[in-house]
Order: sequence, then structure tokens, then C-alpha cells
Amino acid sequence: MTNTIADLETSDLILVTGSNTTENHPVLSTFIKRAALKGKKLYVVDPRRVKLVDLAAKWLRPNPGTDIAWINGLMHVIIKEDLHAKAFIEARTENFEALKEVVASYTPEHVEKITGIAAEDIIEVAREFAKAPAAAICYCMGITQHTCGTDNVKSLANLSMLCGHLGKPGGGVNPLRGQNNVQGACDMGGLPNVFTAYQAVSSDEARQSYEKAWKVTGLPAKPGIPVTEMIEKAYAGEFKSMYVIGENPMVSDPDLNHAEKALANLEFLVVQDIFQTETTAMADVVLPSLCWAEKDGTFSNTERRVQRVRKAVNGPEGARPDWDIICDIARRMGYDMQYENSHEIFKEICAVTPSYRGITWERIDKKGIHWPCPDESHPGTPILHTTQFTRGKGLFHAIEHQPPAEQVSDDYPFVLTTGRVLYHYHTRTMTMRTEGLNQMSPECFVEISKTDAKKLGLDTGALVNVSSRRGKISAKLQVSHKAVEGTIFIPFHFAQAAANKLTNAKLDPTAKIPELKVCAINIEPAA
Amino acid sequence: MDQNSITINGHTYDFEPGQTILQIAQNNNIDIPNLCHLKGTRATGACRICIVELEESWGKKLVSSCSTPAKKDMVVHTESPEVVSYRKIYLGLMLDSGNHNCDIGSAADESWTDFQIAAMENDKKEELCPVWGDCELQTLAYRYQVKGRVSGRHRKPLELPVEDDNPFLIRDMSRCILCGRCVAACNEVQVNQAIDFGFRGNNGKIIAGTGTTLMHSSCVFCGECVQVCPVGALVDKKNLGKGRPWETEKIRTTCPYCGVGCQQLLHIQDNTIMKITGVEDAEPNLGRLCVKGRYGFDFVSSQDRLTTPLIKKEGKQVPASWDEALDFVAKKFAEIRDRHGADTMGVLTSARTTNEDNYIAQKFTRAVLKTNNIDHCARL
Repeated sequence: MTNTIADLETSDLILVTGSNTTENHPVLSTFIKRAALKGKKLYVVDPRRVKLVDLAAKWLRPNPGTDIAWINGLMHVIIKEDLHAKAFIEARTENFEALKEVVASYTPEHVEKITGIAAEDIIEVAREFAKAPAAAICYCMGITQHTCGTDNVKSLANLSMLCGHLGKPGGGVNPLRGQNNVQGACDMGGLPNVFTAYQAVSSDEARQSYEKAWKVTGLPAKPGIPVTEMIEKAYAGEFKSMYVIGENPMVSDPDLNHAEKALANLEFLVVQDIFQTETTAMADVVLPSLCWAEKDGTFSNTERRVQRVRKAVNGPEGARPDWDIICDIARRMGYDMQYENSHEIFKEICAVTPSYRGITWERIDKKGIHWPCPDESHPGTPILHTTQFTRGKGLFHAIEHQPPAEQVSDDYPFVLTTGRVLYHYHTRTMTMRTEGLNQMSPECFVEISKTDAKKLGLDTGALVNVSSRRGKISAKLQVSHKAVEGTIFIPFHFAQAAANKLTNAKLDPTAKIPELKVCAINIEPAA
Repeated sequence: MDQNSITINGHTYDFEPGQTILQIAQNNNIDIPNLCHLKGTRATGACRICIVELEESWGKKLVSSCSTPAKKDMVVHTESPEVVSYRKIYLGLMLDSGNHNCDIGSAADESWTDFQIAAMENDKKEELCPVWGDCELQTLAYRYQVKGRVSGRHRKPLELPVEDDNPFLIRDMSRCILCGRCVAACNEVQVNQAIDFGFRGNNGKIIAGTGTTLMHSSCVFCGECVQVCPVGALVDKKNLGKGRPWETEKIRTTCPYCGVGCQQLLHIQDNTIMKITGVEDAEPNLGRLCVKGRYGFDFVSSQDRLTTPLIKKEGKQVPASWDEALDFVAKKFAEIRDRHGADTMGVLTSARTTNEDNYIAQKFTRAVLKTNNIDHCARL
């Protein structure tokens, strides 16, 4: 997030898109809902009528996979009506002319044809967004999990820059991160192309400084490949081993049948986890680790706030901290990697990570600090880009609408979109151990509109077979007012009816994120 | 001097326009008891316990400090004899209004046990109040030495059914003092709009939906209402009767579910999490939690936890010692690296583990395996 969670409550207008916030970020949603209660404008743009719509000034319903079009449509209206922030654009951005040229053809009428959003709604939201003193954008996987995910995000950044809503309280472009430490895993260099704090592995300078800090030579300069490509290579027999720590790709990855064959192809698979999962079941070696309540350390949240995790209980005998297991393997491979405790590791992190340099466990004992925090006297940075962007001037990207990789057909007439429900988390390995959560959400379901259900001659509770070009699952139908005709939602939590057997593994060329939010499916009554 | 200041109990304090007397007192560590005030919500002045005495030019005046904005040169007394006598009356009425069968109500001529038995028989209650010793009403009754009903048997029983048809919490409206904190928490803090005041007068109670149970309302079981309830009307079902506040150690940590990073207090007894509450006033969540963060902790002590390394032998995973497993892993990794090249190897680190774990995973991948093939499920 460029801004903070609390900051949302001070916004004059909040645009939420591709985020089922009340179910996926329940506590963050309270800040948005409180703003709406105070009379601040809330607009929700989402293929589903998510619960947040109840408090919204308006719900805009785009056809799945048409986000660039409606965002360009908003910008078209804003520029046409001369509502853009000219001083901000002049002082802080570049390439505005190229943007202006591309959005010129995205008239509200044209956008209505692509997205299904009424032209007058595009005009209303454009005017309100531009005129608001401070407007925040919140987005989530509904924006990113597309083959054009990167372009979707850039389009939202365009929109915010166009109106000068970046770098100030109540504004910003705010991705809501879905996992407790996904921000931290990225910050720590758990990515194929960067060390900590996004220092490129291809940079000689960065590598040299790491070689010195780690007392090694020959750190590889070639960027690695993302997990989605590892799976492809494994499928093709070109990948030999994987070491999976605390993840369950056999439920969370797209096109699971394909992923299963890929993992089975590996010569050696090591999985480190707290439970047996669909992925540990395939492993050559399983290593038991400690969980969150059993160890000390830090998580970095969606607003870049580094916070303490504290050991509260002793873990089961036999399990060990993840870092301790990894260090032990390293030592057995001849590299001396030894730490007294995780605090010592954190000190090393700060020494090699410019954005974390000023953070200490003492400083974040009661209140976490937002990175960047370059030195110990620095208070942290709750709001990014206040005076300039990371690259200097903010760059407008001129982006055209791109249709999803897979289209509906006679054989697969419905669009499937996937996501989570309030009562479960990801692949359920943790939440399924709480009886109450299972009671509230016991099994997979196929969310369908009343109209579509009627057409199929089926009602809530009917067992159906759902198939795509890649796989098939069975689950019960759930007629819901959240669903719009033609679009089906299935949560991906349930291994027994894994929605990811259906999903498309086609990737965004830049971020390598799979198009989990759009694929074509068919629904038939189960025999 | 033009400074805005007021005098509380003889000491002078500065304030910002708009601040209430209660806010100024709390900012300066002056304890004004209250049962309905909830930070971040509109003051209702419902419980009357936070009353204070103002010295006016014409005499004394009692006002509720939670809903009275401070005015320049106000003179406030928080524990004057008059304030205390009114607080006693209000507390007594509250104790008398429901099934508060703790020994608070014991009259001088009745022994505790006799009173208890009488009260429980009278109320048709077999259970002791589940928050005994952890009840704000009880604490205040002790503080002001207030006795409730004169005898255990003196009044008509309050026969309200206990609602427990949901998996997470128990609602016993016979113990409710209608302070309205839960209503504010649900409607103004979490904005789930599941409960509200229903009916009027003697029949007044907190209702879910339009008079159904939480299970059939828009309740999403965030448990905020339980966290703010000052009495035993709303309690967690989990570990009921265990983990009393004086028996548990409270450890602050960060929630393991989504990326919001809510600050939690884990209440620990005998190496087990008894309950989880939000850390009041702490950023970013200001005490709020969701159903997973508050109730989804059973996995920690699950019997299904992995406790020993496993090695696949002849197609079957069998238990192995750490030495055996890690030697095997190290040997295989080195073998594959040397035979096929480091770029045929990959590591999936985790968005679920700590920064420290992630840092070590990438260091291992780059410095030991000598590849940049490291990633995690940020995209999923």
C-alpha cells in the first residue's frame, strides 16, 4: 500500500476494485466501512455483488477481464471534462500525452460495450473521483490475477496520478496483500530477480555487497524463474528438485492436474510444513516445522509495517524453526550458516537491507514501523511518494484493453472466477482444524445467479459437475444474489473439489501471475 | 492566559476543543469508571456510571463525563460524595436488573452460600456467571461496596433463553445490563450491523437481525461484541471456564492470517492458547479482529501436527531422525547441483513464515545452491 490502513478512514472517496474486502481483509474493511458510514463516497467495481456493495454509493459491474477498459473510460471522461490535476501532472509525471492519446477512444459508450458498465456510471465515478480532495484506490487479486494483471495495476496508477491522488493522506494506490507475510517474503528477496529490498541480482554492485556480507563468491547474476515457470520446466522434465517451505501448491496453483504431473516429474522434492498436505504427500522428504505461535520474528504487513511475532507456546517435540532447518542443511552442504536466534538474523537483515536499516526489535516492540526506514532516527514512511516517485517522475503508461486468454464457448458457456470465503484461509490447512469455521463453511460450493440456475433447472444444494478444458470437479450449487448471470464463483480452498483443477495457468508476461480470475467452464447436473 | 484548561480533582489539565471530560481524564490517567463508553463510537451516556460533578456558579451539577465536552475553566470532581452515592444507586439497579448471581449481591444477614443458592434457584440458573472475577460490573460493585438485591429470592426471575446455536459465542441476555457497547462495536466499529436495541422499556434487550439468533443474522462472528461486553452476557464458547485472566500469560503477537497484520494478545495457560483478543489501541487494527484471527487457532495444538521428519522409502514415507533426513537432503541437493546444474533446482519460500525465515531461505538458495530460482506464492 502507498498509504496506511488507518488513512483509508480519512479519504473523501474510496474506490475498491477486485477485492472482496469484508471476507478477505475483514479488519481492513472496517476502516472502509467506517468511512462510508461517515458519508464518504464508496464505489465498488467488481464482477460479484460483494458485501461491501451494501454500503457503497454505487456498484459498477464489469464483465470479468475488462478492467483496463473501464479505467481508461474513467480517464477519458476526466481528461475530456478537464478535471485532471494539471499542476501535479506537470510537476511530477511524464508521458501524459501518450496516455491522453490512448484513452481518447475509450468513450463511455465504447466502454459500456466492452465492460457492460453503464456509460452514465462511468461518467459519475470519473467526476467524483477527480473532484474528491483525496481519493484512495484499493485493489486485490481481482485486478492482478489476469494475463494483463500488470497492465491493470499500471492503469490504476495512471488513474490516481491523473488526479493527483498519490503521495498524500487519504489517497494512494493500495494493493491489499492476502497473506500475513507476503509483503515480507518479497522484501526479503524471496523472488527470482532480487535480493532484499528489491536490489536486482543482475546488479554487479548488489551482488558484490552480498558476496562480502555472506562471505561467498560467485553469486549467480542470472535472474531465476518464478514458481509458475518452475512448474512448466518440471512438467517438461527440465527441472530436477524443489524445496517447498510452508506452501501447498497442490491446492493453490492453477491447473492442478498439470501441476501434479510436474511435481511427480521431479527427481527430488522436499517439503517443510506444519501438517501433512496435498503437497507433502508427494514429497521424498518431509520436514516438520514450528508455526507462528511457537517462534520469534517479524512479519511485514500490507501497509509495509514491520511488526513483531512472539513465541507464546512451545511447539510439538520434534518440530524445528524453518530458519534453523535451512541453516542445518546449509552446514551439511559445507556452508557455515549459524545463528543464535532469529533476532540475530533480523540484525543481519537490517545490515544488508537499506529500507529496513533503521528498524530494531526494540523500536517495534509496541508499534511497528513502515519501511522505508533508512536509519534508527527515522520514523518510518507511512505514505510513499510524497515528494517524488521511486524513479523520479511518475510514468504514465498508455495501455489498450486486452481480452482474457480464454473466452466462453458453446461447450464452456460460463465464466469462472475464484477466491476465498471469510471462514477459511487459502488451502485450509490451518482453518480446517477449527470446528466452528468448518461449521460455518463446510464444503465447496458453486455460486450462481438465480437466472442461470433457473436456466439449468437447478436450485441451491443440487450437486453439479463443473468442467473446464483442463479438469472437472463436483460441488453443490449455491444460488446467490452476489452472482451475475454468466459468471460463476467457486472458492479455491477445498482440496476435495479443488477449483484450481479448472483454472487456466496462462500467465501475465511480466508478473508471471496466472489468470485465476477468468476461465471458461460448463456446469451440468451430476448424474 | 488563553489556554483551554479544566480542573479535575484540584489539578489543571489542558485540552483540545471538542474533547470530552472523560477523554481528558483518560489522557491524564485519571480513572473515571464507565460501563458503556467505547472508543471510536458515539457517546451514548447510557450507563450513567461515568457521572462527575461540575462546580457551577449557581451550585453543583452532575453530568456524564463521556458525553460532556470540556469547557474552559470547568471545575470537575470525579469521586465526590454525591457522585459516589449516585454511582452506587446505578450499580445497584444494574445488579438487580439481571441474573448477576455473584456474591456481590449478598446481604449482610445471609451467608454467601445461602444467598448463592437462593439466587440461583430464584433465577432458575444452574451455572455460575462465566465471567466471575473478570466482570467490570462486579469490579465496580466491589469498588463502591454496592449490594444488589437484598435477598436472593426477592424478585421475579428473568427467564431469557441462552443463545448458543452458533459455534463461537454464547449470548445470555439475562446477564445483560443494556450498556450498548456491543451494539456500538457491531454497528460503528466493525460495521457488520448484525445487532441492535430491540423492544422498549422493561422488555428492552439486544436483538440480532430482526429478533432472531446471531446464526441467522448478518453476524460474521468477529467477536468484537464479546471483547467489549463488560459483563457475562457475551462470552466465548471456546475454553469456557478455563483460562481465567489471572491464570493466563498474555503474549502480544501479529495475526498469522491475511496481510492486515492485526495485533493480537494470545492468552496462554499450560502451553495452550486459551483465547485471543485484539490489542486495544494498537495499530493497525485498534483492537479489532476477525473470526479467523480470534477463533481460528486450534491448528496450533492439533494432534495432526508433523513431529518427525519423513523419508520416502519404496514409495512410502517413513519416520526418520533429523540427522538422517538432513544428511539425505544435503547429499541429494549437492548431487543434483553438481550433476544437472543449480538452475535445475528451485526453492519455494513462504508468505506464511517470518521475515527471518524468508531471508535465510533466499540466502540458502543464492549462496549455497547458487541459483536465483526462489519464489513464493505471492501470485496465488
